[in-house]
Amino acid sequence: MKEIFLFVFVMWLLIIGGGQLLISVIAHLTISGYGKFDSILDSGVKALIAMILVIAWIFTLSKIKNWIFHKQIKN
Amino acid sequence: MLDKIILAIIVSAVNFFLVYIITPSLIKWLEKRNLAVKDYNRVGGAMVPRPGGPSILVGILASELTLYAFFPRPEILAIIITTSLAFIVGLIDDRKVLGGWFKPVALAISAVPIILLGTYNPHLSFPLFGSVRIPELYIALIIFMIPVTGNTINSIDVLNGVASGFMTIASFALTASLYIIHNYDIALASLPLGFVSLAFYKYHKFPSRIFPGDSGALTLGAMYGVLAIVGHVEIIAAVALLPAVINSFLFLSSVKRIIEHRQIKSNPVTHTDDGKLMASTDKNAPITLVRLILAGGPMTEKQIGFVIFKLALFSALLAIATAFMMEVKI
Repeated sequence: MKEIFLFVFVMWLLIIGGGQLLISVIAHLTISGYGKFDSILDSGVKALIAMILVIAWIFTLSKIKNWIFHKQIKN
Repeated sequence: MLDKIILAIIVSAVNFFLVYIITPSLIKWLEKRNLAVKDYNRVGGAMVPRPGGPSILVGILASELTLYAFFPRPEILAIIITTSLAFIVGLIDDRKVLGGWFKPVALAISAVPIILLGTYNPHLSFPLFGSVRIPELYIALIIFMIPVTGNTINSIDVLNGVASGFMTIASFALTASLYIIHNYDIALASLPLGFVSLAFYKYHKFPSRIFPGDSGALTLGAMYGVLAIVGHVEIIAAVALLPAVINSFLFLSSVKRIIEHRQIKSNPVTHTDDGKLMASTDKNAPITLVRLILAGGPMTEKQIGFVIFKLALFSALLAIATAFMMEVKI
């Protein structure tokens, strides 16, 4: 049962870590040289990076979920 | 400050006793009209009245309208309108069988008053590292948030007392977090959610005398989502909701599409001869939080409920820790 608590804790760590990445790295990215499209491109690229991060997050959690489920069944 | 504390006590007492008193009448009214569903996990399959959403909404509206009379803030108006719209969406779903996409789309529309009333701050705050301004993305986040919180609470409403008990723990953690970050007015506006959930839990706990139904679960979930947005505690709210988020995540990653629970062909949980619940051995059955808990061996419904509450308490502590971390900047 403690694996599920670990799952919750890992999710929390991923939220904190994801926040750090978002604020320290991605938020500082700026795109310029495209005139009035600068802000749209800037938001689009940041949104794309955020989506890639979410996919990576989901992939990590899927792996943990499978590990917990198989461990629980073996026990 | 003292006047706000007195008001908080009055509002909490009013909505708690209102739900506590009117729910038995609602149970009788539903029984008379034969509005009941089978509790498949109970030995003998008892019929349980549904939905309890109306008593939940009455409790919330009574207290939020009282608060609005004292503090006419647009945030409270956003809570009232969006929560009421979510209740209507749930009530329609309680009465008619609708497609899997109906609820997310209708709940997204329910979020529009938050935008129209301008009751949001387009900064997403993270613990320790500050906030990030996402004006365009934040609008998308609002539209996304209400369906997610609504459906997340709805998807955890699978066992007696779990949705209301879980919401009691998560919403009190949210109130505590709002106090920690000094957002006192929204903390006050969030109190009714915890007290309504607690009063409803009295009748929803094992063995349930009433089920909240979609109208009840969506009302609770949507109000939680609005509070997260208007209180500017999106990340803290997500942390307090983690066990329910995990449940939705496990389900979606198993079935790989948005579907209604009634559309599932293989049940994730089966029953032992002595009435306990056990994880299904069917490989096609979706993985849910309950199935994950039961993978270790059969348990009674009450025991599973307490495991979920322990997880909710753990997440609540993490949410409060996150709130304290919001006050620290690296």
